[in-house]
Amino acid sequence: MDLRAQLSMSFHMDKCIGCHTCSVSCKNVWTTRRGAEYMWWNNVETKPGAGYPLTWEDQERYRGGWEVSGGSLRLKLLKGPGKIRTLANIFFQPNLPTIDDYYEPFTFDYQNLFNAPAGDDQPVARPKSLITGEFMEKIVLGPNWDDDMGGSPLYASNDPNLKGLSESQKEMLTKFHKLFFFYLPRICNHCLNPACVASCPSGAIYKRGEDGIVLIDQDTCRAWRFCVSACPYKKPYYNWANGKSEKCIFCYPRTETGQANACAHACTGRIRFVGALFYDADRIEDVAKSPDERIVEAMRDIILDPFDPRVIEEARKQGMDDNWIKAAQESPAYNLFKKWRIALPNHPEFRTVPMNFYLPPLSPILHNAKAESGGMFDPESSEFFNSIDKMRVPVRFLANMLSAGNEQLVLESLKKQMAVRMFIRQQRVGDVGDSAVKNALSSVGLTAQDCTDIYRLVSLGTFQERFVIPETHREHQTAVDPRTMYEKRGTVGFGAKNAEFPRRTW
Amino acid sequence: MNQMFFGAMPYILLTIAIVGMIWRFTTSRYSWSSQSSQFLENKTLFFGSFPWHYGIITILVGHIIGFFVPSAVLAWNGVPVRLYILELTGLAFGFLALFGLLALIYRRLTNARVKALTSGWDVLILIVLLIQVVTGLGNAIVYRWGSNWYAASAVPWMWSIFKLNPQVDYVANLPLVTKVHIFNAMIFIGLIPFSRLAHFVVVNPYKYLWRPYQVVRWYKRDPRTANVIQYK
Repeated sequence: MDLRAQLSMSFHMDKCIGCHTCSVSCKNVWTTRRGAEYMWWNNVETKPGAGYPLTWEDQERYRGGWEVSGGSLRLKLLKGPGKIRTLANIFFQPNLPTIDDYYEPFTFDYQNLFNAPAGDDQPVARPKSLITGEFMEKIVLGPNWDDDMGGSPLYASNDPNLKGLSESQKEMLTKFHKLFFFYLPRICNHCLNPACVASCPSGAIYKRGEDGIVLIDQDTCRAWRFCVSACPYKKPYYNWANGKSEKCIFCYPRTETGQANACAHACTGRIRFVGALFYDADRIEDVAKSPDERIVEAMRDIILDPFDPRVIEEARKQGMDDNWIKAAQESPAYNLFKKWRIALPNHPEFRTVPMNFYLPPLSPILHNAKAESGGMFDPESSEFFNSIDKMRVPVRFLANMLSAGNEQLVLESLKKQMAVRMFIRQQRVGDVGDSAVKNALSSVGLTAQDCTDIYRLVSLGTFQERFVIPETHREHQTAVDPRTMYEKRGTVGFGAKNAEFPRRTW
Repeated sequence: MNQMFFGAMPYILLTIAIVGMIWRFTTSRYSWSSQSSQFLENKTLFFGSFPWHYGIITILVGHIIGFFVPSAVLAWNGVPVRLYILELTGLAFGFLALFGLLALIYRRLTNARVKALTSGWDVLILIVLLIQVVTGLGNAIVYRWGSNWYAASAVPWMWSIFKLNPQVDYVANLPLVTKVHIFNAMIFIGLIPFSRLAHFVVVNPYKYLWRPYQVVRWYKRDPRTANVIQYK
């Protein structure tokens, strides 16, 4: 056993209201620099939707992630001759997205509103490109361009997750009564088998042994950009102004001191949970090679039980501080993903073994067949529990997104969430019936205590319950940076050794 | 005149290159790369970058082989058919490089996004490279069978430079085009530390072929970098 720790974030999709507070707080802290304007280390997508960058989930186009070839694991990017393909394509990368797949960063000529000469027309603030500084004819793309456009034939119908849906299910996208959409907040998954690390010819990207955060060493990065192509989630971004790739750093300067990540801290819906996991690094490759239908189970398998005395002993042997063991035992990530089995990884079929987990959305509990007549389920009927597969959001769609197509795992999670609701409703309102609750609990394998705990965490969870982040006691290793937090704004977190944020002179 | 251009300047420019590279690597390792603009424009780049790099690398390798084993090149050229094959191949790759270079210059001059990121150094090296490729092709076409006389004149001169005993006579009577080609090559070497040319003095991409996929760094166990995960 090679025990390692990993920080992991979980998302309760039911509660995400798509307000983008997370994205904005992330941007304000980390990416308000030239060349980084277009980067959204944290972004929130409307699903179904094309995503950011456009159709990032389509690996036929971008060739991100891994594939099993001849019994061994290989980067999809290295199709054919293998690693030598990296060197052959180092002068021009056929699978690299360009800025037009994101958007051209822009500002507005606000000064014109003040300085325009007196005239008959109202002055306007024309858009100006932040790359060339020239006026733009028209803004054609922007961050969250398809925000809330769940029914749009232009964007939603391009969602790669719609693969395998029946015609009538696809038709729902264009029928106002049957329309469905929800939000998918995304940060870097800090994978156990990261494709970005594996693709970097410079060896600049690395996973930190202590907490599993994946970072890019800015001094070693040589702008080959293979990470951008190889990451199936498109979370490394190329800074066109200084020629370095950057990515979500899991707010490590905050988590190292036990503070919640900027995105998670700011979340108004309180949908995010951060916790530590222990896993067995010896088995990463086996997990990544599992067939699609078993890959989520394999991922659950690799997560170690932090209460197991052998695991605790191993953790101590690795020199792990006691606060990490305690955090792993109280970890919301462990409970949601492994213990209660209600959270699922995003696109595990990309085989990077992602370490962020999502509770598939249950709300609003709308019946597809009853769409014309209001669409509600009747909570007092048994149908309420047993016809979850008739929900307006097709289970197939969720399974394509969260479980490599395994619908059973999505149904399990949805049913468990539904059982918790019935349990609490019976406690509070009392109109469900004890036997119905009992049947529901036994059919999904939850105890009354589990239900209370799930309810406690996902509905009432306090700051300390949602964010169980152990400090890393970095003070033993490094000298203290004398700059104030304000001076460090937008500068730290890239592994650059210079005190100032480095600027290129050529 | 010859003494200055081909006796003294090589040393000056080589010193600039070596000292400059050490200086830049120690003070500004961050900038040790070619700032890619593929992210901003990738259609013309395909027709520029691919032919340019493959063409110029092949030509450069040819020059290097001639530098180290001139006798082998002369022996190969002993049979006319082999000489023609070598010269025609070289010419083809030279034109490939020229085509790519012209595409790159066109792109840098016309694309507004790329232009916004273009520094004076970029323009300078494009000019130097264009001179180099055009004079090189001129040599190959006008003063035929360059692979033979390169091995007999320029190579001994280069060796004499490295032996700290410059024998300018080897190159003193070469045609002007050839002299420009040689001198421009030295300018090119002198420019390495001060421009995006630094990008070809790298070792990491070659290490990539042998390194394990995953890289893990521990700050507790070892202050330096350590590769830990091994996939077989």
